[in-house]
Amino acid sequence: MTATLDSAHRAAQNAEISLAQAVNRALRDAMTADDKVVVFGEDVGVLGGVFRVTDGLTRDFGEQRCFDTPLAEAGIMGTAIGMAMYGFRPVVEMQFDAFSYPAFEQIASHLAKMRNRTRGTLPLPVVVRVPYGGGIGGVEHHSDSSEGYFVSTPGLHVVTPATVSDAYTLLRAAIESDDPVIFMEPKRLYWSKDVLSTTGPEIGRAVVRRQGSDATLIAYGPTVSTALETAEAARDEGYDLEVVDLRSIVPFDDETVCASVRKTGRAVVIHEAAGFGGTGAEIAARVSERCFHWLEAPVRRVTGFDIPYPPPKLERHHLPSVDRILDAVASLQWEDR
Amino acid sequence: MTVLATPDKTGSDFPLGFATILDPSPLQYLDEHGALSGVLRDDAPELAPERLLGTYRAMVVGRRFDVQATTMVRQGRLAVYPSSYGQEACEIGAMLALRPTDWFFPTYRDCVSMVTRGIDPVQTLTLLRGDWHCGYDPRRWRTAPQCTPLATQAPHAAGLAHAARLAGDDTVALAFCGDGGTSEGDFHEALNFAAVYQAPAIFFVQNNQYAISVPLAKQTHAAALAHKAVGYGMAGVRVDGNDVIAVQHVVAEAATRARAGDGPTLIEAVTYRMQAHTNADDATRYRNASEVEYWKSRDPLARLETCLKACGLLTDAVVAEANQAAEALADDMRARLGEEPEVDHRDLFRHVYAEPTPQLREQAAALQAELDADLDAAEHDEAGVEAAGRGLDASGADGAALGAVEAEAGR
Ligand SMILES: Cc1ncc(C[n+]2csc(CCOP(=O)(O)OP(=O)(O)O)c2C)c(N)n1
Ligand SMILES: [Mg+2]
Repeated sequence: MTATLDSAHRAAQNAEISLAQAVNRALRDAMTADDKVVVFGEDVGVLGGVFRVTDGLTRDFGEQRCFDTPLAEAGIMGTAIGMAMYGFRPVVEMQFDAFSYPAFEQIASHLAKMRNRTRGTLPLPVVVRVPYGGGIGGVEHHSDSSEGYFVSTPGLHVVTPATVSDAYTLLRAAIESDDPVIFMEPKRLYWSKDVLSTTGPEIGRAVVRRQGSDATLIAYGPTVSTALETAEAARDEGYDLEVVDLRSIVPFDDETVCASVRKTGRAVVIHEAAGFGGTGAEIAARVSERCFHWLEAPVRRVTGFDIPYPPPKLERHHLPSVDRILDAVASLQWEDR
Repeated sequence: MTVLATPDKTGSDFPLGFATILDPSPLQYLDEHGALSGVLRDDAPELAPERLLGTYRAMVVGRRFDVQATTMVRQGRLAVYPSSYGQEACEIGAMLALRPTDWFFPTYRDCVSMVTRGIDPVQTLTLLRGDWHCGYDPRRWRTAPQCTPLATQAPHAAGLAHAARLAGDDTVALAFCGDGGTSEGDFHEALNFAAVYQAPAIFFVQNNQYAISVPLAKQTHAAALAHKAVGYGMAGVRVDGNDVIAVQHVVAEAATRARAGDGPTLIEAVTYRMQAHTNADDATRYRNASEVEYWKSRDPLARLETCLKACGLLTDAVVAEANQAAEALADDMRARLGEEPEVDHRDLFRHVYAEPTPQLREQAAALQAELDADLDAAEHDEAGVEAAGRGLDASGADGAALGAVEAEAGR
């Protein structure tokens, strides 16, 4: 098995793979590197997950390493905590964003707090994979952006890739981390393809995806590609936009974000989740506190409306779009234009 | 026989193949007055004289701990104390049936069991004194931090037991839970997971009849909490929770079953919460004195004493030695818990993550600057620079927080 895998790896080195496949490869490589890594959740076994992210893991690593659980998210989370207490490194899957809510008590009261409660003697190296976000035509409860709940829970790291390579490197880093990591996978990007690079910046570092001088678009996960598209479109309108991909919401990379905003003097924060009390509010506040003297205009946010996630036929009105981001950019007090 | 459901070894593995006896009368070796009921064979390990005497000593010491803690909460030396007075047969019997390598998942009510496990009383009471959330090293004692969100510890026990089994160890995980806690979703999920995985877990419900003010009848319509085991396809036992011999016996049996790979057990121990829920509660608002009197007559320590007397084991020397140990523990608690504990503000930021985030470093520095400014101001005051000193104090604190932000901005 290993031999075929290795040659397959080599042959595939320069081929494009999807983001879902990158997650799969990260899980495989982590399971190969450390036999304490176990993967479990609903339908992750024989089926390989509803998004095929865990495809073949049970076949290749056995049922003790990748297994289906009863349908009970609090139970999945709670048993992962117990396994981590015994020295395992569980990677659990919440089938969809909105179905992680039953696990929230375990996450907020135990996963996030155990290290602190026990003064560092019981760290919980658990990764919670959460496919999240909209734009896939999903009916209700299948398109939530739930990162805000986790972001405002101290003790958790909250990480979200926007590229194929980050899906791999961030997940490997998350599994190696001794802290619990909520790994938010933008399900809209599962099928996006790229050549995989297996090295990348650590958790906690943002990356400038596009250099620009006029304004900074701050995005993460599913909205990074929208931000990049916007930057391309903005060129025609005479704006040179910089795009920062946060990659990690907690820890937050003030340094990279502020360096960019101080350079451009303007910022727009973009996410799919509702704006009120959302992650973007925190980012806008941080940028305003730290970059006030460099700012030419108030920090703007382009987010989902403050509504329950809409049905598929209406979601296009809700999601941050290129046009809406362009409008926000245009409103940034360009006196000379 | 009161084992409600045990896997039928001769039949199919299907739940329907379980021998199910739905008689809810609890298993008992000591009758209400402490006479041996004769159910247990004479060679049962729980009846060995050494074991009985060890049990007695632990019961005397455990009760003394509880009484001392209740006194100290009245004196304001503990923030709160949920007493397990009257539940010692559960608290202690269950612990005596475990090995040191087994894991234990206690609730807020279970200080006596933790002390029985050997955890230092001061470390045991760290949570309830308000010094920190957990005062002992859970790995060293194989005892999770005391759990307050009801039943949320139960899935941890299921997961840990499953992990132990995967690792090939013969470790067992025992989780305590209250009768009220059995209504929580996590209780159900934990039992279901443990049964599906055949995890070596024991779920020990101390049915003390109340969840704060709410009586058992409002938690379940089932004739017995132990009946729930049937639905999960696991062994279920109902035991007299004021009979320390019976409790040890059923926990030991459950542990043996678990170690043999025969899966988890649900134990319902029928007992009574003699005190109010905590010192902050007034139990007279929801239950009457005659009920309390009835349970007082079934006191677990008195029953054990009667039994030991009948067996000729309870000599004056044994009683004196146990009391001495109990008083030594109480003296030690008074001395060490009477001291004002050292708390360190830097602990606020330690251990939130393996490495503090940049934001936490910033906040820790801001707090430190605030405190340093307070200290400076206090020194100024002492030097007689009153008004100016106080002004400095306020602006100093704000300035420090702002300074941290600006220092960052200057990067
Ligand atoms: C999830 C949750 N809900 C409510 C509470 C508040 N609370 C603390 S103890 C308690 C009663 C629990 O009763 P029971 O499970 O029977 O345990 P006992 O206190 O009798 O030992 C309640 C409602 C809590 N700690 N956790
Ligand atoms: Mg109770």
